[in-house]
Amino acid sequence: MSTTTTDLHAHGGHDSHGEHHNPFHQHHFATMEQQFDTAKIGMWTFLVTEVLMFGGLFVGFGLSQAKYPQEFVDAHHHLQRWAGSLNTVVLLFSSWTMVMAVHAAQTSQKARMKMFLWITLLCACVFMGVKYYEYSHKFEEGLLPGMFYHSQPTDTIPGSHGYATFFAFYFMMTGLHGIHILIGMGLILWLLKNADNFNSEWYTPVDLFGLYWHIVDMIWIYLFPLYYLIS
Amino acid sequence: MSHGHSEKHHHGGPVVYTATLIALLILTGITVGASYINFGSNSANIAIALTIASMKAILVSLFFMHLLWDKKVNAIIAATGFLFLGIFITFDLIDLNNRRDPTPRNVPVMATPTAVPESMNPQLTPAPKPYPKKVAPVEGEAEKE
Amino acid sequence: MEPVLTSGQHVGDHPRPEKNYLNENTRVWDWMTTVDHKRIGLMYLVGSLFFFLIGGMLALMLRLVLMTPQHTMFGIAVDAEMYNRMFTLHGAIMVFLFIIPAIPGSLTNFVLPLMLGAKDVAFPKLNLASFYVYVAGAIMAVSSIVIGAVDTGWTFYTPYSSSSSQTAVASMTMAAFILGFSSILTGLNFIATVHKLRAPGMGWFDMPLFIWGMYSTAVIQILATPVLAITLVLLAIEKTFHIGIFDPKYGGDPVLFQHFFWFYSHPAVYIMILPGMAIISELIPTFSKKTIFGYRAIAYSSVSLALVSFIVWGHHMFVAGQSQLANVVFSALTFLVAIPSGVKVFNWLTTMYKGNIVLKTPMWFAIAFLILFAIGGLTGIFLGTLSTNIHLTDTYFVVAHFHYVMMGSTVTAFLGGLYYWWPKMTGRMFSEKGGKISCALWFIGFNATFIPQFIMGSQGMPRRYYNYLDQFQPFHAFSTVGSWILGLSLFTVAGVLLASLRKPADAPDDPWGGTTLEWKTSSPPITHNFHDQPVLEREPYDYRPAGMAGKGH
Repeated sequence: MSTTTTDLHAHGGHDSHGEHHNPFHQHHFATMEQQFDTAKIGMWTFLVTEVLMFGGLFVGFGLSQAKYPQEFVDAHHHLQRWAGSLNTVVLLFSSWTMVMAVHAAQTSQKARMKMFLWITLLCACVFMGVKYYEYSHKFEEGLLPGMFYHSQPTDTIPGSHGYATFFAFYFMMTGLHGIHILIGMGLILWLLKNADNFNSEWYTPVDLFGLYWHIVDMIWIYLFPLYYLIS
Repeated sequence: MSHGHSEKHHHGGPVVYTATLIALLILTGITVGASYINFGSNSANIAIALTIASMKAILVSLFFMHLLWDKKVNAIIAATGFLFLGIFITFDLIDLNNRRDPTPRNVPVMATPTAVPESMNPQLTPAPKPYPKKVAPVEGEAEKE
Repeated sequence: MEPVLTSGQHVGDHPRPEKNYLNENTRVWDWMTTVDHKRIGLMYLVGSLFFFLIGGMLALMLRLVLMTPQHTMFGIAVDAEMYNRMFTLHGAIMVFLFIIPAIPGSLTNFVLPLMLGAKDVAFPKLNLASFYVYVAGAIMAVSSIVIGAVDTGWTFYTPYSSSSSQTAVASMTMAAFILGFSSILTGLNFIATVHKLRAPGMGWFDMPLFIWGMYSTAVIQILATPVLAITLVLLAIEKTFHIGIFDPKYGGDPVLFQHFFWFYSHPAVYIMILPGMAIISELIPTFSKKTIFGYRAIAYSSVSLALVSFIVWGHHMFVAGQSQLANVVFSALTFLVAIPSGVKVFNWLTTMYKGNIVLKTPMWFAIAFLILFAIGGLTGIFLGTLSTNIHLTDTYFVVAHFHYVMMGSTVTAFLGGLYYWWPKMTGRMFSEKGGKISCALWFIGFNATFIPQFIMGSQGMPRRYYNYLDQFQPFHAFSTVGSWILGLSLFTVAGVLLASLRKPADAPDDPWGGTTLEWKTSSPPITHNFHDQPVLEREPYDYRPAGMAGKGH
């Protein structure tokens, strides 16, 4: 874990040793490798905060489910299982295209990297399209959170708070997840715009974005069975 | 330096990634299939679904997120996050599963409110007397009283 | 060949450079867009001290209301609602806008890279972003105070907060949410910096203990703050859409809110106290001129305090309807906190034992810290014990206890650290006499304010009440007079430090004989921190004569 002992005098950006100086090398790092490792530690630390933030919602969801088991089963029948399954497959596939894009960046295959990034973006669009379809369906039927919930004929315990709570968590968790997808789409566009800068020497943004995209996928991996596959 | 750098992060590769994707899709199929089978209780089904989800999450983190080959510190950071989430859930469950007087569940929305004993009805009981004062009231105070 | 820097060097090796981080690029725009950790530290210092002033003014007003049971201030009657708003503001401002950002944002931002021998923190732009997020959160908090009113207490307990008609509760929680992100970004930056930017030759166990304390703090910030963020979002959404999560009216569970809230806010207490302990771990060896006793024990105790802080939150909920089993478990686990805290105190005392103690102003504050922290810590044991807690819950005993820990310990350490690093930050020495007077006033004023509150609390004086039975009058009056001394001491601190700015730079590189790397550069440091990349040759706090010097334990 100890800091590398080479390149001690690489301060102020005036390397005396390097044959070439990478334009993305920041002055306060001795080496590019140190810079990359630091960025990676920072990214993983950020992902931990994401895990704990979504974790709070998962805990709330789980405890509410323990309180209203029957209502949650009833309510989840209003979610279309095929839509959830489709989105799961789309997101898993996009995770694969993303890791392929990272691999292409690592091996300086620019065209390949761009192609995989575009496919990832396309997958994200499909995901959001399905989400839009699902949400508009819920809005039409009045399957809404809290005081906006309209009782359904299928409610086996009419008047229970459990239904409104289910849809509150549904919209909060899939909504927060959807916001992460939207942010991810913006970041993919940024990566595509700067695609020419990435090569085997420096591909940190692609790598870090890959980590972000996988954690978004991972959250969906848990959301899917908890919401769509309760019974 | 840069050469060694690019060598260093070259693990996995398309074959490994594709195999991971196939495994993930198979597990997705299993979890959908399992949801149609009754494993005895609701919680048993949830436990199985979560186990499969965790297997998928481990696959994603080990291969797609490179934790298998990455510096160990990143894996430790990731594990810490899940460990503390586990602490959070565990202690909440210790409390909620052992409440002596749990909050009533599945009460209809407009349950008739419990009658308040007359002695506790604020409209019937006279307001408590203000505290006796030793000091002469100052101007603003006198107005208020 | 690297320049050999040893702790035996004399001060002022570097001729005072003409350009330093303060006088280079001095336009306002340069300051606003700076990514220099030293400047960001100074901006954080100004920001958090401003809110300390506001929060402190509110505290003085509260004490004034409580001076007599007639709940008046300057002869004007204060009603219960106004009083509730005042203590809510005092609590929320002090916690979210002062104590949590103060030491990490200001002193640590300034000192941490210097101590590590780094040129900056790992992510300088993120550091600036974290400052602006803090400013945004502060503006939002202040505007929600101006627009509406919040009278929930800083804890925002449901169902009061979710059903309260006070309009500003939602915007105040969102302000706390934003401030949480500022805290997360700071913590993230420190973690990455400590992992990867240590000077050549500096292993984990060669780091100054301040770094260990701040690293532990950052771990808590990362792990706990996201849960607070999501809790506050849930509260705001519940209030807006009437969702049943925390509010029993809609089928929620109010105790669940307390679980969520204290999962963050108990560790947050350690976000407040660990930086204080970190500063003390620097002050004591420096002014005892002796190697720290039990380096590893102190380092490990910082980390273990961070971990233990996550498994004791339920002790805030003993009478809130939590299950008996959970009460017992949390009470038992709470006693674990005493172990690492005790380890630290004993090691500090042993460091002082037979040291050549130099009683400069920062050391005065360090000694004040030891006394106040001992009182604060030991009264915590009373409160952690299930049976006594039930008697003392929501009394002034609790108020006095957490003021001893947060203010008596953390703020004392903060002031000590501010005096300690002031010459490094500004290049100027302050008046020792003035510093010592301010410390004496602080110590006297603090105890005068809060010791009566322990007594009142044990006799049943409830907290958050705007009036009280006559029997408590003498204690309240004494406490109020104490708060005036406390206020005076803080104005003395401000006077002493600001007066030092009027004279030309006179501070040597290492005015206190410190051994850590921040003393190896000029005062104030140059923009890039070090003239040459420092290489660690000796372990920290190595006060052995030069002949016996060397690295290794």
